[in-house]
Parts: sequence; structure tokens; C-alpha cells
Amino acid sequence: MPSGTVSHGASGRLRGLFLVMVLVFLEGSVFTVAVASSDQHSPTTAHSGGHKATDHGSHNNTGKAFPVLDLNYENVRVPFEISLWVLLASLMKLGFHLVPHLSNIVPESCLLIVVGLLVGGIIRGTGETVPPVMDSKLFFYILLPPIILDAGYFLPIRPFMENLGTILIFAVVGTLWNAFFVGGLLYGVCQIGTETSSILSRIGLLQCLLFGSIISAVDPVAVLAVFEEIHINELLHILVFGESLLNDAVTVVLYHLFEEFSGIGSVTLLKGFLGVISFFVVALGGVLVGVLYGILAAFTSRFTSHTRVIEPLFVFLYSYMAYLSAEIFHLSGIMALIACGAVMRPYVEANISHKSHTTIKYFLKMWSSVSETLIFIFLGVATVAGPHDWNWTFVTVTVILCLVARVIGVVGLTFIINKFRIVKLTTKDQFIIAYGGLRGAIAFSLGFLLKKEHFPEREIFLTAIITVIFFTVFVQGMTIKPLVELLAVKKKQEAKRSINEEIHTQFLDHLLTGIEDICGHYGHHHWKDKLNRFNKKYVKKCLIAGERSKEPQLIAFYHKMEMKQAIQLVESGGGIKMPSAVPSTVSMQNIQPRPPTKPAPERAIPQLSKNKEEEIRKILRTNLQRTRQRLRSYNRHTLVADPYEDGLSDLFLKKQKMFQIEKKPASNKVPMIQVDLASPQSPDSVNLLDEFGQANQQEEEEQGLMMKPPSRPREAKKPSEEDEAKDPQKLMRCLSDPGPSADEDEDGAFLP
Amino acid sequence: MGSRASRLLREEEIEEIKKETGFSHSQITRLYSRFTSLDKGENGTLSREDFQRIPELAINPLGDRIINAFFPEGEDQVNFRGFMRTLAHFRPIEDNEKNKNPSATEPLNSRTNKLLFAFRLYDLDRDDKISRDELLQVLRMMVGVNISDEQLGSIADRTIQEADTNGDSCISFNEFIKASFVVNIHICTVVWFPFLS
Repeated sequence: MPSGTVSHGASGRLRGLFLVMVLVFLEGSVFTVAVASSDQHSPTTAHSGGHKATDHGSHNNTGKAFPVLDLNYENVRVPFEISLWVLLASLMKLGFHLVPHLSNIVPESCLLIVVGLLVGGIIRGTGETVPPVMDSKLFFYILLPPIILDAGYFLPIRPFMENLGTILIFAVVGTLWNAFFVGGLLYGVCQIGTETSSILSRIGLLQCLLFGSIISAVDPVAVLAVFEEIHINELLHILVFGESLLNDAVTVVLYHLFEEFSGIGSVTLLKGFLGVISFFVVALGGVLVGVLYGILAAFTSRFTSHTRVIEPLFVFLYSYMAYLSAEIFHLSGIMALIACGAVMRPYVEANISHKSHTTIKYFLKMWSSVSETLIFIFLGVATVAGPHDWNWTFVTVTVILCLVARVIGVVGLTFIINKFRIVKLTTKDQFIIAYGGLRGAIAFSLGFLLKKEHFPEREIFLTAIITVIFFTVFVQGMTIKPLVELLAVKKKQEAKRSINEEIHTQFLDHLLTGIEDICGHYGHHHWKDKLNRFNKKYVKKCLIAGERSKEPQLIAFYHKMEMKQAIQLVESGGGIKMPSAVPSTVSMQNIQPRPPTKPAPERAIPQLSKNKEEEIRKILRTNLQRTRQRLRSYNRHTLVADPYEDGLSDLFLKKQKMFQIEKKPASNKVPMIQVDLASPQSPDSVNLLDEFGQANQQEEEEQGLMMKPPSRPREAKKPSEEDEAKDPQKLMRCLSDPGPSADEDEDGAFLP
Repeated sequence: MGSRASRLLREEEIEEIKKETGFSHSQITRLYSRFTSLDKGENGTLSREDFQRIPELAINPLGDRIINAFFPEGEDQVNFRGFMRTLAHFRPIEDNEKNKNPSATEPLNSRTNKLLFAFRLYDLDRDDKISRDELLQVLRMMVGVNISDEQLGSIADRTIQEADTNGDSCISFNEFIKASFVVNIHICTVVWFPFLS
């Protein structure tokens, strides 16, 4: 009920929190029972476990009465445990946001690691060995791809391309510097080691270098998790994030290089040279694979107009295939995934339906969110699991060296880079870039992959890696937010991407291309222009279905904006503000020639061209009609709102409205309510909007003009009113996108 | 430099241009050789046809307007001085220039002058306002022929509505500066110039 909603807030949250805690406790206890009652099988060896289980089951049944109620856990063990983990992760996420203030101080990643530690501790406390959940295969093939795909698909192309040089230098040169600096100095320290010298001096140079290359890579998962909460400006975000993505190629090459060298035990110049070549092969090959799959996906989406339901599936499958194909050849899977997502997005979005677009967005967000949560929890559990070999010297030296290397690297590289940049990087920027170099689960998994035969000191490495990860995530993760505030780093501008920006950006592009041509210089803009022309002439025709292939970018952008606004308009019932404070003089001029009996709310609507209006009306009409049909048969292949669900909620809506009508007839929306009893049409829509306006603003309305609603006509109009009331509600359900606030960024940003 | 000009650039001229525009010596000589290669008539000035001979400019939607920007009011020929003066708008902004000469006029590549240059490309009739028609013309050039007038009209209306703060349904220079796309103005620079020094 409306009056109760305000006070409901505080007590509701506590109640919810309590409920969540109970659920978690229940689940935790079930989990430990489950672990205790089963053998030590990791999820990846599921098949053998499953087969054994069925044998046991059949043996138990001989010579007993027919069991009415039987316990057979082994059959469902693996899916059950997986679901438990995912459920735990999701409940944790819920819980954090219910606890007031916690999510402001501590980043989510820290809390999740702590939860993992707790769970691991509980499992160990009950005497069982902790399951080795941080299996590298699981991590690299199941947990990591959704996060990377989410990042790649929604990558803001324009800032990324503009800063590509800087990002590449940080990713390649920076990571190389870090790896060699840390590895080399660590080797030196090990050689001159003190009382533990016997252990440490056994660590060869190659092992140290390998360790250096594992620990030096900035981790995209950790960066995403922390940076998402601090909302810094786009430039810094894309620099750190881009670096974390692109350094995967370097890491892959260095890792395989040193691993092989350690195995063989001899290094030649030729091998070093081959290593450099393999870097280019890995990086460019990964990108090529990604682009190929991206084009395939775009091409496939051209023909999906009759099977809209499986459109999102193509996007996911092709991307995953790109990742796996790159991994077959030891190419950089992450770069393949990014390239695939970035390449296919403009074409796929032009081809697929609005609903598929929403589906893709939300599935990606959901999967990446769950993956991220699971990764951090598993990190915590793996820490408890060990095996650990704590070596004070090694660990502290590693942590210090990592920090020092990062700072020196960033400062040194920025000095060089600033000579070539138009917008220089300030000291503040450099500090944030250096401080934002977080390490994460990729480093741990790579360390986990090391084979014991080649690396007897594997445990020392793992312990050191975990310590560095904990240090960066906890210390740097927690303090980066206050530091950003302290240093007054520029925050992300919340402004939506407007049509002005779009026009002017294109205008500037043309202008600068023209100037470059006059100077006879084939620069940045020249090639970008050529690429755009090629894209428009050939590529778009192949990959985009139908008429939309000829649509200029500006028009596509404008359509998107108008569509979004139309949806917003209906959702909020016409109460939205226009982008500027102009008292609609512009639209007033255009309304003059129209018949004066048009309903007053038209004034709030931007002046749409006839075509656009027609289009929007058609969309509204078809959506409304569809849900009115009350289909009896449920067909899995059509996407229609459930009629029963509609009935229930508009019953509630009607009740709510009646309650409001009885309670508060006051309204200050006098200008909107030109009750023209002569034309039956207008009061309906007016009343409807009035009701929605009241529903939205009922808390703010203190006083207003007492406008007595004409009760008698209202009586008569109730049935039709009811219909009108249903429609926006249904419409809301069909078209509304209540979701993550990063809405505007993604939708606007894909335009290059 | 391999120039085909009948007269070479004198040192005093180079100095003058350097002072006026801020280009360096090597940049000026390089651009001079470009100027002379465009100057088919070899009379030391460029006409509109000389510009139009550049193939990429012909397919550029803003080609004509850019060419017009080089020619001062009412003239048909532009000499090297004028050529450099216009190009100077696209040099990168240098913060230390402000300290050198506080009393002198703003350098050509200052932020305001860059914006003014861009503004003048929209505003053909030089009344310091971008009217709806002028905006429509620019949109029409950028978008091509397939879009109906009505659609373009609604885009133009929307654009003006967003930027217009004083309600005269035109975009004045101040509104142009304030609108959110100002953040892009640092792009209004040809990156190449620094490398020539």
C-alpha cells in the first residue's frame, strides 16, 4: 500500500538482511554436510564419480525391502554442488547491498574473498579437506570468458581507439618491464639470501623470470571489480582497463616462453628471437581469429529475422568459439574475445530485435557478475586450501618489488608517451594508473598451472602470488576510493550522449580529414575516413539486413535516442523533463496549426516528425494489441507476456488508483488537466496521466489546488479508464528495461 | 625542398609567418612546398579550383565549406600567408604560449579561436548565430540524400532544443561553447604538426 512504502524501507532492509543471513547459514550447513558425506572429487572429475556412484547405489539395494524414501546424493552431487556455490555467491551479493554503508567502504571483491576464506575455514574446521575449486581449467574456460566478453562487447570503441597507442605501450612495454624487473631483482635477492639462502638460492633465473611474468600482469577482473565502484573519468578507466586486457598477449607469450625454457634448461639467442616473433603471432593471431568469428556472427545475424528467439545464442556461441579456437593454437584468447565482441557489435545490433538486444545485455551482465563473484570466493577458498609455503623474504620482497616496478614503469612510460599525446597525462593520472594496477585471479591460476616437476618451489610462488593479490585487492582496492576523492580526480561525467555531440563529432572528423588532405598528410583522420568509407560501401551491405544497411550513422543514433525517449515517456506517464529548459517555444510553434482539441500532454512530447510518430504509434499499438489478445495457448517460441500475470497486477493497479482517488483528489497539475467534457477522448488520457503523476509524486505533494474531479463522469469512464490503465502497465513490462545504471554508456558508446 | 615555385620563400617572410602563426621553420618550409605543389598556375596564390583538384576533398561532405574558410571575405585568391593563417588554427594548444605575451592578441590556435573557426563553418552568413536552416544544410551534407526533409528537420529541432538556452531557437557562439560537445575540442588539432619540428 502506498502510505506504507516509505517507512517500509528501513525495516524492510533489516528484515531482508536477516532473511538472507538465515538462508546463507542454511545453505552453508547443507554444503558442509554435502562435502562431508562425499568423496574427494573435484568438479572436473565428475564423470568417474558419477559412474562409481551408480554402482554403489545398485549394490545397496540388494537384500533390502523396497526403499520408500532413499537418500542418493551421489547422483546429483556435481550439479548440486555447483548450484550451491552459485547460490552462495548470489546470496552474498544480495547480502552486501542490504547491509547499510558496507558497500561504500569496502569494495565487493574484498568482501567476497573474506566470504571465501570463511567458507574454506568452515569446511576445514569440520575436518574435511577443502575441494580444489580453483581448478585452472574451470577458471579459464568457464569463469573467465563471460567477464571478458562482457567487457569486449560493451567496450567504448572511440576512447579505446583514440588512446590505443598509450594503452599498447603500457600493456606491452610496461608488462615486459615489470616482468624482467621483478624477476631479475628477485633472482638477485634469492642469491644473496640470508638464513633461508639454501632454499631460495635453488630458484633459478628462469624460474624467477617466469614468476615475474606471472605476477606482473594487471588483472582485468580485479580492475573491473574495483574501478566500477569509483566512477573515475573515462580516460583513466579506459587506460587501465585497456591495459589489463591487452597485456594478456604478453603474459601468454612470456609464460610459455619461460616455461619451455625452464623445462629444457637452455636458452639460445634464436629462441629469444623466436619468442619475440611469437609475441606478434599470438597477439595478431588472436585478434584475427576474433575478427573472423565476429564477421561470421554478424553475417549470421543478417538472416535471423524469422527466428528472433535464438539471436542472443549466436552472439554467445560465436564469441565462445572464438575464445576456444584461439586457445587451441595458444593464441591470446582474451584478445580474440575482445576483437570478436567489438567487431560484431555494430552489425549485430543493426540486425537483431530490441528484445534480443536486451537479452544479450542482461545475460552478459548476469554471467559476468556471477563469474566475478565466484572467482573471488574461490580465491578465498583456495587460500585456505593451500598448499602454502611461507617464506618471509620472498613474499615481502615480491610485494615491494611489484609496487616499485609499477610506479617506475608508469612514470617512465608516461614521460615518453606525453611527448606524443595531445592531452597529456598529469601526475594525478599517473598516480591513479599506477595505483590501479591490481593483480587478480589470472595470476593465481597461471601459478596453479605450474608443474611440480619443473618448479619444486611452486608452493612458495603460490603463497607469494596470493599475498600480492590480497595486498592489491584489499589495501589498494579499499583505499583507492578515498584517494580518488582526496586527489579530486575528475569523475565520470554523467551526461548522456546527446545529438549535439554526435553531430559535432562527425563534423570535426570531416573537418580534420579535409585539413589533413589539404596538407597532403596521410594521418590518423585520413585512414579513419577511408575505413569508414570502406565500411559503408562494402561491409555494411554484406552484414546488415535490408534497408538498415544504407542508414547513415547519425540517423541510426537519432532513432535510438528517440526510441529510448518514447519508452521513457510511456513509463513515467508523460512527466519527464525535456533535455533543456526551453519552455517548448519550438514545439509550440509547430503545435499551432494542429487542432486545438489535442490532449494537453502533447506539449511535453518533443516535436517528432510524422514518420517517427507513426513508427512509435505503430510500435505502441502492436504491443498493446498483442497483450490484449489473452492467448490461451502458451507457445515457447513466441515472446508474449503472460496474460495471467497481467491480470493480477492490473487488479492491484486498479485498487491502488481507487485508493488514491478516494484519498487525495488534490493535484497541482492544473495545466495538464484541461477537462474538456465535450470530447470524451481527452479526459481519459489526461486522467490516466494524472493518476500516474500522482502515483509518482504522491509523497512530494503537500498542497495543491483543490480540483474536484468530476465524479459522475469518472464513474462512467471507469471501464475505459481501466483499459487505459492496463496498457501502460503491460507496455511497461514489455518495453521497460529496469536495469543497471550503466545504460547510457553502453548504448551510446558503440558508435565509433 | 624540390619546390617548383618560381620564387622561393625569403627568410624574413618565414620569420614573419613564424611570429604570426607559431609554426616552426621546418613546418613552414614543408607546408610551403605543399602550397606550391597545389599551385598549378604558379602565380603564388591558390584559387578555389586548385583546392578542388584534391581528390579526397571532393568526396568530403564539408569540402566546399573548408575551402571557403581559406578565402577571406569576397576574395578568390589566397596567398601563402593566408594559407598558413588558416592552418594555424589546427596547431596543438600550447599552454606556455599564454605566458610569453600577455598583452598580445590570442594566438590563432587558442581554444576560443578553434571553436570560432568551427562555428564559422556552420554559420555561413556570419550573423554569429547558427539558425535552423544553416544546421539543416550541414546535416543534409553529412547525411546524404536518402533521408527525408522531415526527419532531418526533427533532428535539427532536437539539436537546437538541446543547446539553446536563451530560447531564440538559434545557437549563438556562447551556447555553442557551452554545449557538451566542447569536451571534444581538443580533437580539433591535426596531430601531425608537432612531428615536423
